[in-house]
Amino acid sequence: MKKLFLGNGAVARGLYEAGCRVVSSYPGTPSTEITEIAAEYDGIYCEWAPNEKVAMEVAVGAAIAGARSFCAMKHVGLNVAADPLFTASYTGINAGMVIGVADDPGMHSSQNEQDSRHYARAAKLPMLEPSDSAECLEFTKAAFHLSETFDTPVIIRLTTRIAHSRSLAEESERVEKDVLKYEKNPQKYVMMPAMAKVRHAVVEDRLCKLADWGENTAVSDGINRAEYNSEKIGIITSGICYQYAKEALGTNASYLKLGCVYPLPTELIRGFAARCEKVYVIEELDDFIETHCKKNGIEVVGKQVFTKLGEYSQSMISSVILGDVKKTLSVKTSVPPRPPVLCAGCPHRGLFYALKKQKAFVSGDIGCYTLGALQPLSMMDTCICMGASVSALHGKNKADKANEKKSVAVIGDSTFIHSGITGLINIAYNKSNSVVIILDNSITGMTGHQQNPTTGLTITGEPTAAVSLEKLASAVGIKRIRVIDPYDLSETENAVREELEADEPSVIISRRPCALLKSVKHAPPLKVDADKCRACGMCMRIGCPAISLDKSSKAVIDFTQCVGCNVCKQLCKFGAITD
Amino acid sequence: MPVKSIMIVGVGGQGTLLASRILGEVLTSEGFDVKVSEVHGMSQRGGSVVTYVKYGAKVFSPIIDRGEADIILAFEQLEAARWISYLKPNGKLILNTQKIAPMSVVTGGAGYPDGIIADLEDSGADVTSLDALELAVAAGSAKAVNVVLIGAMAAKTEISKETWL
Repeated sequence: MKKLFLGNGAVARGLYEAGCRVVSSYPGTPSTEITEIAAEYDGIYCEWAPNEKVAMEVAVGAAIAGARSFCAMKHVGLNVAADPLFTASYTGINAGMVIGVADDPGMHSSQNEQDSRHYARAAKLPMLEPSDSAECLEFTKAAFHLSETFDTPVIIRLTTRIAHSRSLAEESERVEKDVLKYEKNPQKYVMMPAMAKVRHAVVEDRLCKLADWGENTAVSDGINRAEYNSEKIGIITSGICYQYAKEALGTNASYLKLGCVYPLPTELIRGFAARCEKVYVIEELDDFIETHCKKNGIEVVGKQVFTKLGEYSQSMISSVILGDVKKTLSVKTSVPPRPPVLCAGCPHRGLFYALKKQKAFVSGDIGCYTLGALQPLSMMDTCICMGASVSALHGKNKADKANEKKSVAVIGDSTFIHSGITGLINIAYNKSNSVVIILDNSITGMTGHQQNPTTGLTITGEPTAAVSLEKLASAVGIKRIRVIDPYDLSETENAVREELEADEPSVIISRRPCALLKSVKHAPPLKVDADKCRACGMCMRIGCPAISLDKSSKAVIDFTQCVGCNVCKQLCKFGAITD
Repeated sequence: MPVKSIMIVGVGGQGTLLASRILGEVLTSEGFDVKVSEVHGMSQRGGSVVTYVKYGAKVFSPIIDRGEADIILAFEQLEAARWISYLKPNGKLILNTQKIAPMSVVTGGAGYPDGIIADLEDSGADVTSLDALELAVAAGSAKAVNVVLIGAMAAKTEISKETWL
């Protein structure tokens, strides 16, 4: 019987059915659920690694040891893991190894819109791209087979609309795979110049064989597939764009659906293009397939009519190709925007308010707290990538000594472990007077509450060693370390002020669990005494979504949202906010 | 059966995601081809959240574009106005009359617009409005808003009462 699977859940099911034994990942939207769901299956060892580089190296080690392995990450995570990626391409595997990478066209939850297909070409690895949950499941299994057939890691690329859409897929039984024998082979697994020179030739030869596979076996297996209807319009596409094109054009076009986006089947494409009058390449983000076509002298229309920005849709395709525009309803109301906000009771709020009072320069990082950049707190100056807050603050302080006592870095507990710690070592080692604030909410928040090395629990909730952030900071050479509760505004303000004034580097650990954690007990919602409220607007400065103003500009607290954190109560000079 | 499209719109935290999952499961049990598209991550944090549910004999795209939704289930007034252009000109809007002020309103930059319901009715949409929060609180939990709204919508679909129960 077919079941409704989240794309990520179907990949997890594929891992299970393929006999995968080891999964190591770092959470990242839209890839996170693959690993969370895989952890629910018996027979797969799953873990959250400290970062994507570690995760991929764990998968490489497991594959060489003889067990089918997998690692998942978001597109920017693949940048972190690029180092092992390129060289694992040279070593190849023993048992199958698959890398799941989820791109985020439209940037629903990301800092850039990079196209991971370039990594497949750069690292010379095959890349499969499913177009619904059924293919997520089937392609995951096919990827292991491909990996073992060609002695190569294989990448499965998802995009948000594949990873986070549910569609029907058929389950089957797990096929157990014995752990293969490991045979010592330094010529293959020790990559130093003499060996790597030989392996590079193997990689180039493998790519030729994979290209041949893409023209033949991949076609008979239905991974690369031509569907002929009207030949007036030909569509070369892959992934979610195939679904958009089918909905937009139906049988008014023929389709070449590429399940393998690297290496591309040049002759299959050439033959398809020759049969169709006008050929479009429909691909989100970069002109990856289009460039390949043009390089090989195949005439196609691509990015001269389709954008490189954001997500596509069926309407967009039908308007570009057919000129169709749908009738729509409209209202006169001008609708104010509703950007995401820090949740009611978010522990980051009090800390950002304290930074605002100090008018600090804030070197920011990736996590829920990046929302502190938005109004009314507006307390972030930069946000680049995981860990950059700490290292970039050091750079700023080296460049601009006059302002080092006005500058801080903010970074979450999970992000600090991911890649903030190396920046902190640099601060201690290379002596900058930097203040690093670790926003320790005891969970990986933005991606939906994953455990991490500071929480003392594994992915399955099993108790384990917990990194002590205090001891870690101390061990790298930081002497000034203090722990504060960001719900206590005066303590928080004092800590920020004093550490900025100090003449040596310091770490402030702003510790309070995420208000959304099930284990966190909430105080009853607060109330506003309308007689005492002077409509001064002080409580509005913290940007709490539970507080709004009534017609007379007096504060109102929404009982469905307030968790009784008391931060607003500490701001009210008139005692109008009460338990 | 031609593909039917239902959009669920609301504010992060209101339970729209769970509502779309319940709907997806019910439609699957009825034997339809079903696709549900969700939003996770940053946009969930109190932001404008939209999920799509499509069903029929064969569904290709999991998303709904402007002018394509047969039904919009709106958990909040302003969100109904924000997404109304996604409704088919003869489509149905099921509207929870709850108001949640977005941060741009809370911080005083803009007022929460008045007269949204009348405006939506004037747009040509077939509007059914109800106070789902009040009904949920009366039933025992403010968190049950999503279940109340699914119930209101159930009457507008071809799915039998027995399946929903």
